[in-house]
Amino acid sequence: MYKLLQIELYKIFRRPRTYIAFLAITALVGVIQLGLVKNGDDYVNFVMGNVMQSFSFDGKLLNGYLVCYILLQLLLVHVPLLIALVAADMISGEANMGTLRLMLTKPISRTQFLLAKFTASAIYTFMLLVWIAFLALFVSMFLFGVDDMVIQKTNYLVQLPVGDVFWRYVGAFGFALLSMLSVAALGFFLSNFAENSIGPIVATMSVIIFFTILSTMSIPLFQKIQPFLFTTYMVNWKEFFDPKVNADNAVIVGSLQHPDRIIQSALILVLHIVGFVGATMVLFKRKDILS
Amino acid sequence: MKRLSIVLVAFIGFQSFAFSQDMTALVNKVKAKLDKVNDYVAEGSMKTDVAFIKAPVGRVKVYFKKPNHFKLKRDGGISILPKGGVTVNMSTLVAGNDFVALSSGDAVINGTKVKVVKLIPTTDNSDVVLSTLYIDETNLLILKASTTTKENGSFEIEMSYGKFISYALPDKVIFSFNTKDYKMPKGVALEFEDEEKLTDAEKIKRKKGRVQINYSNYTINKGLDDNVFK
Repeated sequence: MYKLLQIELYKIFRRPRTYIAFLAITALVGVIQLGLVKNGDDYVNFVMGNVMQSFSFDGKLLNGYLVCYILLQLLLVHVPLLIALVAADMISGEANMGTLRLMLTKPISRTQFLLAKFTASAIYTFMLLVWIAFLALFVSMFLFGVDDMVIQKTNYLVQLPVGDVFWRYVGAFGFALLSMLSVAALGFFLSNFAENSIGPIVATMSVIIFFTILSTMSIPLFQKIQPFLFTTYMVNWKEFFDPKVNADNAVIVGSLQHPDRIIQSALILVLHIVGFVGATMVLFKRKDILS
Repeated sequence: MKRLSIVLVAFIGFQSFAFSQDMTALVNKVKAKLDKVNDYVAEGSMKTDVAFIKAPVGRVKVYFKKPNHFKLKRDGGISILPKGGVTVNMSTLVAGNDFVALSSGDAVINGTKVKVVKLIPTTDNSDVVLSTLYIDETNLLILKASTTTKENGSFEIEMSYGKFISYALPDKVIFSFNTKDYKMPKGVALEFEDEEKLTDAEKIKRKKGRVQINYSNYTINKGLDDNVFK
């Protein structure tokens, strides 16, 4: 199994396509950071304009923690598309090159074969997120420094003390990993049905775009189906940045307003991962690989 | 009849002048007590209680120097303060002599009988339109002040005194103010979850805010560099 995993990782990281995602994220994060270094205060004044009419802020509003939050809001909607590039190619790529039959002549079970492939795409996803964390969090902390994190929700403003932020990012990135793994699992599942890579990659991207739009629009008809779309739960990493308040409306350090939402969303995403990978295994066992 | 009217008007005019003089004297006595403090540095904790702001309790340092230099700094971290209100202190309210002090009767605050005094600025360039002071005549302390400004709306300041009562410096200050409706466009907040549904009572509560500062220590009249206020 370990050998299989090594082979799969070798195949993933040998393809130039794999590095598109790393390059795209580096470029995107770099451009946004450059923009914020040059005109960050204007951006903050624009975004906080409403509340700045009544309140004055003293301190470093635009700091590494806020920049990372801005970046994650933008990136985590688009990263699934980059993950689909690799995950949706895992089985269909082999079929396309005609190596699927050859691989399965080896003394390994189809389950082992699939598990090695999915684990390899999960490792790729993990590495992509580590890269995002490095660029968006650590580089931003280096460029912009750290201070309390002030973020805006639709209905309220949250101020998190500087010492109460880092663990929230660890939690948020952990949650984001589950979100991205569910995308990888979907791509992996769809890749079972095609003989070339383009179809499953485009299909995965289409499903993610379509579901994300349905999940984000506050139209009563869509709101009824939103609980059944896994993309609805993918944005709940933000719950890590919503602390509980005490009776005096003061933030309780180290608390979460809705830990239940995080747990429920994480469970639903895990169910999707297990469901997609399980379904792939069931279907793949019956798959005719001789044609 | 005409003569009687003139006498009556003169009498009322004299009475109100005398009464207003009385209040000016009281305000001046309070001012004299406040004037004992040339500068101070105070340490304390600040709690912001605004329905649409979730903020932690933070340590603050407050710097004051006569005549009207005032700065509040959070000890590490970002401070979110209502515009205008918090930077007003008692010394700045009664600074100078450009006001008319009129009596507005008596009242009771936390069991203490107080004189209610309306302060009307006589200069056009003052941001303050009207201040109402609730003065403890016995101890020469301002227990409460309501102020209406041109630029920053209306706010109330309540004070409790303890260790530093002899300098008229409060242990606890509560600023109450009105807040505007707060609503972020989803596109700007990039929030896509359901909005919370607010009841009418919650909507009303959202329009009131409070900042409470509990002072634990004052360093008084030790000299303070002007650079602190820059």
